Amino acid sequence: MALASGDSVVIVGAGVAGLTAARALREEGFTGPISLIGDEVHPPYLRPPLSKQVLTGEWTADRAHLLDPVEFDGLGLEWRPGARAHSLDIANHTVAVGGTLLRYDSLIIATGVAARQLDGVPALPGVHTLRTIDDAVALRADLGTARRLVVVGNGVLGSEVASAARKLGLEVVLLGRTAALRLGQLGDRLAVPLEQLHRENGVEVRLKASVAGLVGTGRVEGVTLADRSVVGADVVVVAVGGVPSTGWLAGSGLELSDGVLCNAVGCAAPDVYAVGDVARWRSEAGSALPRAEHNLNAIEQSLAVAHLLARGEPSPAVVPFFWSELHGTRIQVYGRFGGESPLEVVAGDPAERRFVAVTCEGRRVTGAVGWNMPRDFRDARVLVDQSAELTREKVLL
Amino acid sequence: MHITADRDLCAAAGQCASVAGDLFDQDDDGVVVLLTAEPSEAEEPAARRAARLCPAQAIRIIE
Repeated sequence: MALASGDSVVIVGAGVAGLTAARALREEGFTGPISLIGDEVHPPYLRPPLSKQVLTGEWTADRAHLLDPVEFDGLGLEWRPGARAHSLDIANHTVAVGGTLLRYDSLIIATGVAARQLDGVPALPGVHTLRTIDDAVALRADLGTARRLVVVGNGVLGSEVASAARKLGLEVVLLGRTAALRLGQLGDRLAVPLEQLHRENGVEVRLKASVAGLVGTGRVEGVTLADRSVVGADVVVVAVGGVPSTGWLAGSGLELSDGVLCNAVGCAAPDVYAVGDVARWRSEAGSALPRAEHNLNAIEQSLAVAHLLARGEPSPAVVPFFWSELHGTRIQVYGRFGGESPLEVVAGDPAERRFVAVTCEGRRVTGAVGWNMPRDFRDARVLVDQSAELTREKVLL
Repeated sequence: MHITADRDLCAAAGQCASVAGDLFDQDDDGVVVLLTAEPSEAEEPAARRAARLCPAQAIRIIE
């Protein structure tokens, strides 16, 4: 499985996953050709700041770039910006990019996801999605002259956009289709403190509110809800999730099911690997896990695949981890939160807006969440890593 | 080896302090605190791992 010195690697997707894989291959000592195919014209950048510092204007967009030009050049990659892969031929080990066929010895798929659009709602100026650096710059410019923002979507991204817009002084209405706000793999377990946090910071949260259409000609003026009421808006952000960018893999023979299905080490077919948001790895027991659309998941999967390719050695299973910052509150979530298992507070106090809580399977800790308690959260992470049994002594209250 | 940690870039995920607690700590807001910029030879692998796992790329290693 390990690469030979003359082998070539093709990486499709130049986000954090693709770049991390390329960089890690170099750090592991691989000196052969690496092609990095990116459909954007920008060099690789980090997405988490796009909905935070870039949107509030604390950072200029170029601060989100992952490497300075000298470091990037130093990796010796064949970088193809603005290039799109069209198809994959597994038997012949080729990828069609533009009008050319690229041969690979190992292929890494890191094409990520595209922002999901609202069904049946046509595009209108003033309506945005937020996925790319260009999206962030366009949204930032539009928010600069807006008074009132409507965010459609009750997940992490919707919450982050609402938080950033409040920081800019806009009136914000956050619309959710379901009955509770959600936070990644936590689901709705923290819906109550999250809604409270938004309300205390001036966000109007409206749940069980389905968008039926848009109001406005030439530019958006509001959204119409299923109950026919209208919510006025100068800008609308649609944050209703992502769709894995796998269209180019149709007919390739890869198993596609909400992403590229892989085994427990990221292998989707002989010499084909997938990492990051587009990848759906199986557990070691063989069950297909949900995709984890998180920056750190992309980094860790890419490091693992690079290590496997360079050294032939697998890495420990990746544990999902994400963080967010909403209205100055730092939220960190680590591990898996299966079934209906509740959260148990192990440090701090939700009433004081600082706490750490864990969830268990049986009595074994499988997930931890920190709410404005980053150092105590780190201790709780160790409980997850050790699958520790939750006892009275572990409860730090 | 020389380590730098950019507190402006830091996202307070705590990856560095989790994998290299002798080299990195976090303040009460979770922001990185560099404990030593000059790791011992034995600490160098942990420093490299912390830099690679930093979700904000706030840690730089100068070899």
